[in-house]
Amino acid sequence: MAYRHLLGAQVRSQAQYRASLAVDVAGSVLFGVLDIVSVVVLFRVTPTLGGFGFAEVFLMTALASCAFATADLVVGNVERLRQYVRSGLFDALLVRPLSSLAQLMAMDVATRRVGRVAFGVVMLVLAAANAPVELTPARLALLTVTPIAGAVIFGAVFVATATVAFWWIESGEIANGLTYGGLNFTQYPITIYSALFRRLFAYAVGFAFVAYYPTLALIDRPDPLGAPAFLGYAAPAIAVMAAFAAGLVWQTGVRHYRSTGS
Amino acid sequence: MTVIEARGLRKEFTVRVKSGWLRRRTRVVAAVDGIALTVERGEMVGYIGPNGAGKSTTLKMLTGVLYPSAGLVRVCGLEPVPQRTRLARRIGVVFGQRSQLWWDLPLRDSFALLRHVYAVPATEHAGRLVHCRRLLDLDAFLDVPVRQLSLGQRMRGELTAALLHGPEVLFLDEPTIGLDLVSKQAVRAFLAALGAAGDTTIVLTTHDLADIERLCRRLVVIDQGRIVHDGSLDELHARYGSRRRLVVDLDEPLAAPLALPGVTVESTQANGRRITYVLDGTTAAGDLVSRLAEAAALRDISVLEPDIEDVVARLYTRQATP
Repeated sequence: MAYRHLLGAQVRSQAQYRASLAVDVAGSVLFGVLDIVSVVVLFRVTPTLGGFGFAEVFLMTALASCAFATADLVVGNVERLRQYVRSGLFDALLVRPLSSLAQLMAMDVATRRVGRVAFGVVMLVLAAANAPVELTPARLALLTVTPIAGAVIFGAVFVATATVAFWWIESGEIANGLTYGGLNFTQYPITIYSALFRRLFAYAVGFAFVAYYPTLALIDRPDPLGAPAFLGYAAPAIAVMAAFAAGLVWQTGVRHYRSTGS
Repeated sequence: MTVIEARGLRKEFTVRVKSGWLRRRTRVVAAVDGIALTVERGEMVGYIGPNGAGKSTTLKMLTGVLYPSAGLVRVCGLEPVPQRTRLARRIGVVFGQRSQLWWDLPLRDSFALLRHVYAVPATEHAGRLVHCRRLLDLDAFLDVPVRQLSLGQRMRGELTAALLHGPEVLFLDEPTIGLDLVSKQAVRAFLAALGAAGDTTIVLTTHDLADIERLCRRLVVIDQGRIVHDGSLDELHARYGSRRRLVVDLDEPLAAPLALPGVTVESTQANGRRITYVLDGTTAAGDLVSRLAEAAALRDISVLEPDIEDVVARLYTRQATP
């Protein structure tokens, strides 16, 4: 498999700078810690948030953090598309017999982000044990599939927003707003947001399926906003749709690629 | 067999022009403005033109990097953008500024990776690599990380990288730019041998006209997005009035200047004993020499062939001032 070899090459390249890699991995764990700390701090001043207690929000945060960290590890580097487009290096990807998106992901995978994923998984296990999750086989499956589906949803957002670089090279802030902003959005119950925000991010972008609906299903609680219970299991379907849409955006973007002189 | 076919090929870019404090006007510029080109298998084509003429843009449309705004283009019978990955297996590309090599890894690793990228059978790959190692003298730096290679070494690595999957067409964008003389000659000799073998079609853009003189029988000149010449080097000379020069050394100055059609004196040196004539082709050099021999005792003669840089420079300025 060509992509596996590309990935291996990237890891070997990064291993050339060993000290820097170690520092980066530690830094990446710190990001994961901050996700959790922000929730803990919040519950120091309020007993409930949007009708949910600490254990429930902790679970949402852990799910969101896991999903985001995984997406960031695998797909997060597409934000480097900007550099590829600006320098014209994207040309080099297009003359190879592989998908340009897959190459970009494999060639720039940020090994250091492994730290945040590992920490996220640990937190997820803790959160699930801490929250009253009654572990049926279905719930166990849900608990493993949800971070993956969430990662795909985040990944789709990473790809779609990075694609803007094909039209408009200075597009970093939009991308960051939706991705890092998205992480913050998904950490908390959607009940705390205004209706407009909810429609835009929770439903249209699909962020409600990263952590909120799955958490409801895990803790067996009906949605205070009245959504049907099966939505708790809908994340994989939403993820497929999101990935498909992002793929379309990418295809369109590549056609608009202008390259650079010489 | 036709390998490259383009008809009415066009690429437009919109550029934003500042036209006020905050206002931008958009303007459509055709970088390639209706190009027709047919290249047969085994041909070696030099594609030249001034900066911004549309050379690279054409190459990028032929290799599937850029989507044409209009027109038809087929390479190896494939449509470059929609069938990009299939085409990529059959072409090799060297874009001088965009490396195909892994910066932080030894050169050897890049070659091994490309074998997987192109899914080349191991024996074929090894055979081609041995060939390139010998012809391009790679052995001395195969284990050096690419970032530490000199430009000449890297370019030899890029050439190898582009050929390991046995492409039918090789596109080279400025393959000799920035190289020292020795590396330039190594690259040229390698390409000449590859072209002579006859299996690989080669299209190269260059600013270095020595590349063309050494390598390409066919020359396509592009200016402002249009092809202004497509033919041999000799045809270019004939069409754009290339002139040969004849330098004669005489024992003593001529008694009277010669009057022959199409012959002009460019300069006279050494008190009239060295004369440089410019011939536009109306009178043959031999006739001029025999007339001179009748008029004075000849000591030495030399003929200077037309310089392609001259021709092309004249061609460009002619286009610029219509």
